[in-house]
Amino acid sequence: MAEFEPKIVAFVCNWCTYAGADLTGTSRIKYATNVRIVRFPCTGRIDYMLLLKAFDEGADGIIVSGCHPNDCHYTSGNFHARRRWMTFRSMCDFMGIDTRRIKFSWVSAAEGAKWADIVNTTVASIREIGPYDEYKKVAKKPVKEENHG
Amino acid sequence: MAKIGVFICHCGENISATVDCAKVAEVVGKYDGVAISVDYKYMCSDPGQTLIKKAIVEKGLTGVVVASCSPRMHEPTFRKACAEAGLNPYMCEMANLREHCSWVHEKSEATTQKAIDLVRTIVEKVKHNQSLNAIKVPVTKTALVIGGGIAGIQASLDIANSGHKVILIEKDPSIGGHMSQLSETFPTLDCSQCILTPRMVEVAQHPNIALYTYAELESIDGFIGNFKVKIRKKAKSVDEKICTGCGLCTTKCPNKKIPSEFNEGLGNRTAIYVPFPQAVPNKPVIDKTLCTYYTKGKCKICEKFCPTHAIKFDQEDEIIEVPVGAIVLATGFTVKKTNFFPEYGYGKHPDIVTGLQFERLASASGPTLGEIRRPSDGKIPETIVFVACAGSRDEAKGIPYCSKICCMYTAKHAMLYQHKVHGGKSYVFYMDIRAGGKNYDEFVRRAIEEDGVNYIRGRVSRVYEKNGKLIVKGADTLLGATPVEIEADMVVLATAGVANEGAEELAQKLHVSYDPYHFFAEAHPKLKPVETNTAGIFLAGACQAPRDIPESVAMASGAAAKVAGLFSQDELTREPLIAVVNRQAPPVFSSCVGCFLCMSACPYHAIEKEEIKNRQGEVIKTVAKVNPGLCQGCGTCVAFCRTKSIDIQGYTHEEVYSEVMALLNDY
Repeated sequence: MAEFEPKIVAFVCNWCTYAGADLTGTSRIKYATNVRIVRFPCTGRIDYMLLLKAFDEGADGIIVSGCHPNDCHYTSGNFHARRRWMTFRSMCDFMGIDTRRIKFSWVSAAEGAKWADIVNTTVASIREIGPYDEYKKVAKKPVKEENHG
Repeated sequence: MAKIGVFICHCGENISATVDCAKVAEVVGKYDGVAISVDYKYMCSDPGQTLIKKAIVEKGLTGVVVASCSPRMHEPTFRKACAEAGLNPYMCEMANLREHCSWVHEKSEATTQKAIDLVRTIVEKVKHNQSLNAIKVPVTKTALVIGGGIAGIQASLDIANSGHKVILIEKDPSIGGHMSQLSETFPTLDCSQCILTPRMVEVAQHPNIALYTYAELESIDGFIGNFKVKIRKKAKSVDEKICTGCGLCTTKCPNKKIPSEFNEGLGNRTAIYVPFPQAVPNKPVIDKTLCTYYTKGKCKICEKFCPTHAIKFDQEDEIIEVPVGAIVLATGFTVKKTNFFPEYGYGKHPDIVTGLQFERLASASGPTLGEIRRPSDGKIPETIVFVACAGSRDEAKGIPYCSKICCMYTAKHAMLYQHKVHGGKSYVFYMDIRAGGKNYDEFVRRAIEEDGVNYIRGRVSRVYEKNGKLIVKGADTLLGATPVEIEADMVVLATAGVANEGAEELAQKLHVSYDPYHFFAEAHPKLKPVETNTAGIFLAGACQAPRDIPESVAMASGAAAKVAGLFSQDELTREPLIAVVNRQAPPVFSSCVGCFLCMSACPYHAIEKEEIKNRQGEVIKTVAKVNPGLCQGCGTCVAFCRTKSIDIQGYTHEEVYSEVMALLNDY
């Protein structure tokens, strides 16, 4: 059996982490191909139902990342995101969703290397934890045939 | 049926070196709704853009996906190209194949697969995109400047000189602020009034500036470019148009023992008064709280003597409403009074004064005409002690921050004392000397080395009176915390600079954020130092944090430049990526239930309550409404909304969910 390639979805804000990931590119820092970035105006916009949706659709791990505290482009969006994350995490924990699969982090527009590092460590840890079969088992929709990494 | 055009860029070899672009184009071309899928060496080049434009026209595309570099780089380029070909620019999106894929991965199947996934995601998003139009907001090209200190004066003059109208309001009877009270200014020792008063006069005479003194902001409504402000012009009891400013009334007023605010209580004024001789406007006002006529019902001596019959006892406060496009807050700061300090005698001893009081003693226009004399008996102090950091950087006093200007003005005070009192002894107790600024440290060195001021590093624990002397007890921490006791004739406290009383109330009125110490908060500590979170409201001077004169002036000019930039347009064009509350057919009107959680989440106060009325005019439902002038499009409200009634254009639920679903599901 080929090595397990986790599917990671990253929910990032436009102003810090998206720009930080751009910097990773311009700095030509290499990282694992498993991550797919979805751009949002602000982490404050990220409705955590989206995270559940991503698991629904077959994600093995999730990264949520935005501006550092006090650096939010919109003043306080990241604080709302952080607070929401605290409750969401305990709710996930209660429902039996493995919170290790969600990585919450701050990456600024200047932290290209940090972005690569976060992706790599997340991919490595999810690889270790394994595919998220438990979720797929309880998810209502039938699990699709795996045909890409 | 969607007709999406997908354009995959090689970016020279930047993308094609690791991603098989032809394969991406081929795979994506087979997706539902994709009408054309091509790859090209340079999409951003002229032939590349022509390729896109041609496809839009020939294939009748409903959406465009350009898979190339970061949208932060070329999104405007491609959106413009689409608009030129007649497609709504917001129907064009970019997939980031360069920064997020080709540059960060090695050449492999997985890299090409990731590129395909990224393109597919954006294709699905564009399918759900909606045509949007840029928001246009008209601009009223009049600025309101609140506060007539040096910051407000500078901001007013700069805006007025750029050709725009300015309304300057000042709560006191004269403009000038704290700077008009100062004796000389560091680090050049030039006379404060000499450099300030010409500017004050310029403000009064400028054709573009309407000056309202003795006036305060009553209320504010509206948003950037379109504020409506109400100004309360407090009754001066003097008709400014008739008054010639001769000053006869002030000499005849029987109520002569009122402590002068301008002289920090070290001199007296009358009930009808001009705060200082160089005041602008130089016309008196009656202090209603202390005037004998207003308090006791008879007197009217001023009215009898006024040669032009300008005294109007029946004058009432007037409220005027004006439309303005931008607001500059320059309300300044204040300093703690000596009664704030129990260890320095609660302000009971007249010879313990604040730095600002010392300024008045050292000022040529002050109560002692510039001679340093003790307030108690008028004697020249032979020994004087300056206490830097009185209250500042003291957690116990609730003022943990540095007041910034004290180190410099204390050095100046000690220097002025040495210049004016030959043979006098001066001591400065300090925590650290913070003299960052052009020629600042040299200035402090000069005070120590040339003028012989004794600097003692340590704090003063107590000041008390003994045999007509003030005993200052402190420690010298550079000599191993040796106790120091100085018998002084006078003590000057560099009291902490704090926010104005009422700053919090004003901030709430204007929806401007403020810090725990009630200083107004800038929008970004580094990159938006003069903006506030409320679009169209700017900050200048010490209302934001303790500031010295050069900084206040620089900040005021910065704020003025922002205002002039705003006023250079007839209409503000804004990205339509803002939140909207859905509307539905009656009787539902909107799925919004009116919980207004969004209102509490919004950092810009952009959410308003809207009442939906029936034909009889009765309110049948109250729902949220987004003010497009104020919304910045962060989307925090969207994640908060319990009924998913509010959505953000450009990142709608439909768009982002379809992205997530497309991302993980191959065709």
